[in-house]
Amino acid sequence: MIPPPFQYYAPTSMSEALSLLQQHGAESKLMAGGQSLIPLMKLRLASPNHLIDLQKVPGLTTLEERDGALVIGAMVREATLEHSPLVRQRYPGIVEASEVVADPVVRNFATLGGNLAHADPANDHPAMMLALRAQMVAIGPRGQRRISVDDFLVDTFETSLAPDEVLVEIHVPQPAPHSGSAYVKFERKVGDYAVAAVAAQVTMNGDVCAQAGLALTNVGPRSLRAGAAQQFLIGKRLDDQTIREAARLAGDAAEPTSDLRGPAEYKRAVVRALTARALRKAAQRATGGAN
Amino acid sequence: MATDVGGYGRSVKRKEDPRFIRGKGNYVDDLKLPGMLYMDIVRSPYAHAKITSIDASKALALPGVLAVITGKDLDAYKLAWMPTLMSDTQMVLPIDRVVYQAQEVAAVIATERYIAADGVALVEVDYEPLPPVVDPYKALDPSSPLVRPDHADKNTNHIWHWESGDKARTDQLFNEAEVVVKEHMYLPRIHVSSIETCGCVASFDRVSGKLTVWMTTQAPHAIRTVFSLVTAASAVGQIPEHKIRIISPDIGGGFGGKVPVYPGYVIATAASVLTGHPVKWIEDRSENLQADSFARDYHMDVELAGKRDGTITALRVKTLADHGSADAAANPSKFPAGLFNVCTGSYAMEAAHVEVDGVYTNKPPGGVAYRCSFRVTEAVHAIERIVDRMAQELKVDPAALRMKNFIPPEKFPYKSPTGWEYDSGNYAGALKLAMEKIGYADLRREQAEKRARGELMGIGICTFTEIVGAGPSNTFDILGIKMFDSAEIRVHPTGSAIVRIGVQSQGQGHETTFAQIVAEELGLPVDNIVVEHGDTDTAPYGLGTYASRSTPTAGAATAMAARKIREKAKAIAAHLLEASPDDIEWGNYQFQVKGAPTRSKTMADVAFAAYTNHPQGMEAGLEAVDYYDPPNLTFPFGAYICIVDIDRGTGEVKIRRFLAVDDCGNIINPMIVEGQIHGGLTMGMAPALLEAITYDENGNIQQGTFMDYLLPTSMETPAWETDKTCTPSPHHPFGAKGVGESATVGAPPAIANAVVDALSHLGVTHLDIPITPWKVHKILEEHGLAEV
Amino acid sequence: MTHVTLTINGEAHQAEVEPRLLLVHFIREVANLTGTHIGCDTTSCGACTVLINGTPAKSCTLLAVQVNGAEIQTVEGLEQNGQLHPIQQGFFEEHGLQCGFCTPGMMLVGKALLEQNPNPSEAEIRRAISGNLCRCTGYVNIVKAIDSAGKKMREPAATGAPTA
Repeated sequence: MIPPPFQYYAPTSMSEALSLLQQHGAESKLMAGGQSLIPLMKLRLASPNHLIDLQKVPGLTTLEERDGALVIGAMVREATLEHSPLVRQRYPGIVEASEVVADPVVRNFATLGGNLAHADPANDHPAMMLALRAQMVAIGPRGQRRISVDDFLVDTFETSLAPDEVLVEIHVPQPAPHSGSAYVKFERKVGDYAVAAVAAQVTMNGDVCAQAGLALTNVGPRSLRAGAAQQFLIGKRLDDQTIREAARLAGDAAEPTSDLRGPAEYKRAVVRALTARALRKAAQRATGGAN
Repeated sequence: MATDVGGYGRSVKRKEDPRFIRGKGNYVDDLKLPGMLYMDIVRSPYAHAKITSIDASKALALPGVLAVITGKDLDAYKLAWMPTLMSDTQMVLPIDRVVYQAQEVAAVIATERYIAADGVALVEVDYEPLPPVVDPYKALDPSSPLVRPDHADKNTNHIWHWESGDKARTDQLFNEAEVVVKEHMYLPRIHVSSIETCGCVASFDRVSGKLTVWMTTQAPHAIRTVFSLVTAASAVGQIPEHKIRIISPDIGGGFGGKVPVYPGYVIATAASVLTGHPVKWIEDRSENLQADSFARDYHMDVELAGKRDGTITALRVKTLADHGSADAAANPSKFPAGLFNVCTGSYAMEAAHVEVDGVYTNKPPGGVAYRCSFRVTEAVHAIERIVDRMAQELKVDPAALRMKNFIPPEKFPYKSPTGWEYDSGNYAGALKLAMEKIGYADLRREQAEKRARGELMGIGICTFTEIVGAGPSNTFDILGIKMFDSAEIRVHPTGSAIVRIGVQSQGQGHETTFAQIVAEELGLPVDNIVVEHGDTDTAPYGLGTYASRSTPTAGAATAMAARKIREKAKAIAAHLLEASPDDIEWGNYQFQVKGAPTRSKTMADVAFAAYTNHPQGMEAGLEAVDYYDPPNLTFPFGAYICIVDIDRGTGEVKIRRFLAVDDCGNIINPMIVEGQIHGGLTMGMAPALLEAITYDENGNIQQGTFMDYLLPTSMETPAWETDKTCTPSPHHPFGAKGVGESATVGAPPAIANAVVDALSHLGVTHLDIPITPWKVHKILEEHGLAEV
Repeated sequence: MTHVTLTINGEAHQAEVEPRLLLVHFIREVANLTGTHIGCDTTSCGACTVLINGTPAKSCTLLAVQVNGAEIQTVEGLEQNGQLHPIQQGFFEEHGLQCGFCTPGMMLVGKALLEQNPNPSEAEIRRAISGNLCRCTGYVNIVKAIDSAGKKMREPAATGAPTA
């Protein structure tokens, strides 16, 4: 399969990238790792006339804790996240999400920014970022702005980025003491998108839940926050009964459609099962002392 | 005795590997010829439509595009249609109508691969959609649209009816039966998806008139004959067979999908003849998945009759076979449903009756194998599932029911109720070994304990009998060509040899195993023997590699050719040893004088003499050819046990262990046999749990890429366990049976039986494959077992 | 057209190419190194896997221009000075291949794994090769082949190179 022809640019500064975006507008497409975009172009489902490759733009590969947040540059590769001791220790949910993106070879080029900006409801990171209440940092001709992940994810393949803006960083709030996160995905086989997946984050205060984040992958037009389930958990001990009820509420929050991954009602059931698993895992991490 | 000679039973490292591990294989797409053009294909978005116009002007205006070929162009040369291997017809390119989605509509010939692809995007085709025929049952309704109105003699989508066995006696046994069990089973469409897709480079030399086609084919000789016959009927005029050379180079997996003649091969060949340039055509994966031949698609009603004491008395099967838009299977011509009537399996029963009806639908043509010998997978699935169903009905252990009904070893050769003569078998021996090795009794105890706790595990057994090695010339032919196979051996003066065979490897390791046969039969070192195949200019005529037939047919031919050489060599040895040929015996891989084994000559000694010092009156040289017509088929078998655990949250089936005990008779290379079994098991697991091709109500394929057609990775595939018993074939020259497909045939029912076993206490009696998580989860929910 | 220079197996290859030229086509058609194969369109099968600056990547899902200037290793670069790489020996000795089509990608992924993790468990090997499809072997012997190569790399001992 052969992609249609296009002009290629590899800007070496953000200002150059932004001016290219302005110049070519809707005819152009930004490329991060290209692991979703290039197959789409080969299948001729995407045919940008101008391809702007971000790999030479400096400053997009940050991975550090700064100002109360884990700051991840948009061009940080999945494999880097997967193997980072810092992320592994303090943000296990992000590692678990990275580990199930496509397959290990694809992850060597795929990026977090690409995964989020593609806004595919089947992608794994958006739900994890919802659960962790991350902030997206974008740069455009009008300067830099922060967007909460809830506002960032608009619809299938649609973010709130303006056509002339670039996603540059993802800020994940540092976990409070006694916090834990987890991402649990059920896929038909390795490399597949999720039948459903659940991202969970909890912060414990003694034996009750002080804060909770719960979000769902591939069971709606975009990654979904399970708001009622989150709310239900606050102030409760995370016993079996509570977790089951939260799972039921998370299942209700799903908006699945029937397809080759199964009937809608089945996917809702999987959301329930995975919610329970993700919450148990996150709670264990929260109370196990490992944040 | 001669040192380092011989070959049987040795895990010789593969002779083909040194090139593969260096990236020096020679696959079709690796070939580049001077002046070579590239072909890419415009395909139909509709399953059924009238073509109202094809406008190629924009494509032709693209620099580098040299031609756009349509069905009308081919029709002018009488090449728009071609015969299938089942004597049906199939469009090469349509003149005015498409009959399946992704059907070839036009071909763009260009100087570059990328330009050809751009040209395809510029060809404008207008379609008028027609109502598609998707469901094979509805296809038989007299009001259904016709898929093949070109068959003027037919006013129906029904292709053929075929039956086998004794209907009257079977019906009578069913009427008298104490117990009857029945299930409807659907084996879905699946696709072999070898990692290399199909393709060719066709090169017609206008000066010599010679056509050379490098092609991803499992059967180069048959293709050569078909090409010659097709051109004879065309306006191009016959290309005589000696001016056609089909070369099947290294093939990146075949599994049956590279047996048929695909339109792309024919169009590329026509393009080369018309342009005088070599033309390369390589499918991409979507084309391969959407348009190439598929396997299975059998809707089976299976019934088994028996007595309360567990004695099986009769089997009755009615099947609807969805063949898509053409009957383009590669079955022997007398067997439209292949060898499906071997479905009485490993069990002695009095009678059986099998009916199959072939149906046209608006889907790609075919009904090829998926690593199986002519519908044996379907047969084994039917019997192995229904035997389990009977055990469930009678509340007896499925192993015990099998043991009670196995054809006992002393009954071989065994004449089956549908007419096959099984050569040899010891089914109870294989099952006993499998049960001991896996710890069957302990596993049943574990299962009972788990069930009491609400946990779900299942134990599945399959004790299959295969039927391979097609086949005897009195019954087996493809397009009239008898299904013998061949070998030619030349022993060189210094004791090395070249072997050329009529079959063709797609990864099975023929260059190694056939060298081992010659090494064994002639007492030469394996290293001194080279095996060539796949080139019709040099190899003797053969029907090719599929249906696990290489070892039973060409392997036998190789041994027989070697024995012819040995016979002549014996006379030369006698001459060298100054003894009478009657006093010479073959032993310890050498010729020795009876009673005086120190007086001996090696084959190398004899070979040198054959060219330097041969007896007066004898022809010089040492070579032979053999065309082997097998007296019967061979019947490999096995006992497989699969252990599954079920995730009550997701419904996922996890294979915890899978043990395969295989019996393929005598083994040439145990390492290669084990590798074949590992691969076969994986291709058996795939359709049991993951792979299926489905269509929506408009005939749109729903699995057009590897994102939805789910080939198992290393993570889904368990660590296969294997063992073996050995029951040689009594009629094969060295007692071998063939093994390439056994595991693909045996694994699916073992897995299906394990899952049904895990759920049997809930009243579940059958699940169609692929057993998806949601099918299982639905059952768990119905019984309050789904976990949150 | 864009000028692209790639160092493949230590040798520089330059060409004026269209930006859309896929890396796999640069390797196969421009550099004429046909050991790298194409098996799918959707970055699912890994037959096209090569090492880019030492890291496995699917070369049918990268543009040649995107990796301009990179060091690329293909299957043809595994053998050094007539000595097979241990990963090649492992695949040969453990029957880790049948049709040979996925083998180049599998070996390169295996090599990269062993360089990062010299003594991987079976589970780690299975995980590392899970982006590469094999239709012939059932993976068992591929796992053994990589494990065996790891042993050789940990205890280097001269072994003869098989020849045809």
